[in-house]
Amino acid sequence: MEKRNNLKAWLYLAPLLILMGIFIFYPLINAFYISILEEYRPLAPGGATATGYTLSNFARILNDELFWQAIKNTFVVAFISVPISILISLVIAVSLNSIPKLKALYQTVFFLPYVTNAIAIGMAFAFMFHKDYGLINLMLSWLGIDPVNWVGNVATWWAQMGALLVYTIWGGLAFKILVFTSGLQNIDKQYYDAAKIDSASKWTVFRRITVPLLSPFILYISITSMIGALKAYRTVIGLFGERLGAQQNSMITIVAYVYKYRSAYQDVSAISYAASAAIILFFITVVFSLIQGVVSRKRVHY
Amino acid sequence: MEIKMENLTKVFVAKDKSEVRAVDNVSLTIPSGKLIGLLGPSGCGKSTTLYLLAGLLRQNDGKIYFEEDEVSNTPPEKRGIGLVFQNYALYPHMTVRENILFPLQNLKVEAELAKQKTVEMARLVGLESMLDRKPKELSGGQQQRVAIARALVKTPRVLLLDEPLSNLDARLRLQTREEIKRIQRETQITTVFVTHDQEEAMSISDEIVVMKDGVIQQMGAPQDVYDDPSNLFVAKFLGNPQINVFDGVIKGKKIYINDMVVGKSKLPDGEVLIGIRPEGFIVDQEKKSPFKFNIDLVSTIGRDTTLIVDLPSESDNILDKKSFKAIVDAMLRIQSGDEIHFIVRPEKMFLFNMEGERLE
Repeated sequence: MEKRNNLKAWLYLAPLLILMGIFIFYPLINAFYISILEEYRPLAPGGATATGYTLSNFARILNDELFWQAIKNTFVVAFISVPISILISLVIAVSLNSIPKLKALYQTVFFLPYVTNAIAIGMAFAFMFHKDYGLINLMLSWLGIDPVNWVGNVATWWAQMGALLVYTIWGGLAFKILVFTSGLQNIDKQYYDAAKIDSASKWTVFRRITVPLLSPFILYISITSMIGALKAYRTVIGLFGERLGAQQNSMITIVAYVYKYRSAYQDVSAISYAASAAIILFFITVVFSLIQGVVSRKRVHY
Repeated sequence: MEIKMENLTKVFVAKDKSEVRAVDNVSLTIPSGKLIGLLGPSGCGKSTTLYLLAGLLRQNDGKIYFEEDEVSNTPPEKRGIGLVFQNYALYPHMTVRENILFPLQNLKVEAELAKQKTVEMARLVGLESMLDRKPKELSGGQQQRVAIARALVKTPRVLLLDEPLSNLDARLRLQTREEIKRIQRETQITTVFVTHDQEEAMSISDEIVVMKDGVIQQMGAPQDVYDDPSNLFVAKFLGNPQINVFDGVIKGKKIYINDMVVGKSKLPDGEVLIGIRPEGFIVDQEKKSPFKFNIDLVSTIGRDTTLIVDLPSESDNILDKKSFKAIVDAMLRIQSGDEIHFIVRPEKMFLFNMEGERLE
């Protein structure tokens, strides 16, 4: 009896498992495999060849200055954009929740970026950040600030990063706001009445009632957006095009680094370098997710 | 502290623009230091009245005074009230200690003093040993006491309780009932609580206020209201089993039910509604009283016997059948089928006109 049920369960799960096997598990394992192949030539005449197994691919990219540039860029994007965008979206979601009348309209407005093409938005942003004609510098000039070269050829690293961060944060708001507003709807209104009776200020209510009761949602968002930020690529392409920065590769991210070598697949071992970088990114992601899980265990209230 | 409501009115407008007068021109003075029960069926406006007092709802018309202070337009946090919600609304992510401490922190009470007060309050409600638990880890009754502690810790001018016992099981309800009364006595805080359970209201209130359709029907000490209801609604709402209502007539200073004399009245001749409390029937051992029935059902529980009598009816429809209940001494050993002569105690019999207004 039990055995037959097991069989049925496997049968029901089969479509998903087969698809996941083909498109997730196999590539993942294959990436591990490729990353340790020596002198791998995927397109050698007569079939792919390799001379043996080695860890030199990892050594090679860990000695590559460009890889460390990618790590630095990726980490800066992740560690700055994730907390700021969570904070902003939280504030927007809470404010949205307190204006019942126009809520639906604003929700739509805030959700638009989510359904708009990232490359198109990137181009719009690139123009907004233009040194001479851009909206950002125009607004800065109102405040008496000299025009900043954000994305031009001679832009400083921080100026480029600033533009990239603004774009990344803005692009991530929509989904976060959506999750937080639905999370807020799950909080019993009575806690807010009780807090009023308990003479809590608006700030206290936000800090001591709303945030803790929303903490499962905040955890979910912080993990998913951290993973998303570590995989940043689309934003860089959108804002800077294939140069990956105002100067060649100045805003390169880990995924962009992977993609660079993947595109050079004819070269010996290039695919292995790409795989090694991808594996390193995989472990970084796992480590951060675990850390977030452990840290939050004490702070998240379910 | 004395609470005074003057012509308080709250109108709710539904989506289809229809209006409901949840609280309709209520004027009421609640004496200082008393425990008052707001009583009525659901939808009678009792909870609305409570939330108006709390300031969580704003009245459309009328005024509220706490002593000399007019608080009609004061926001809830400035009214100095403690409120216990129906399902307690304890902050689930805070421990009992943090829950009780929360209002004190908001009022910027000095930390040491706040800690001390929290422990004191926990002791008052008997939860000293549970201070570091989360609400989830407490029983319903304990949660309720935390809610009371949280409401009382800031020494409010008024304590408001919204159906405080409705989420508790029967045994716990009795226990907590006593607890609330004890805490109120010890703290001497003017307390208003809302309930639909007449027994609950009568057992702990110093005075009860009976409401219906947003209008106060009667206010007074529980026993006074029970013994002297001002209308049929109040008479029916208080007492378990419910008061028996008969169609009767007054003819020549005598009261008749089904052509049987049950008492005397000075009222002019005419049709009346007669309410007789179940305990108002005395079994006439000498079988002289003309008020007699064959008993249909007898149920004896301990010292009381409840007699159920179907009243004769012209209709055969079972829904038109009327019956009444009489509670008599179990020692009489009455059995179904017996013919019993009843004497009605005049003080347990109330006369109402056909609109349900009390006569006499």
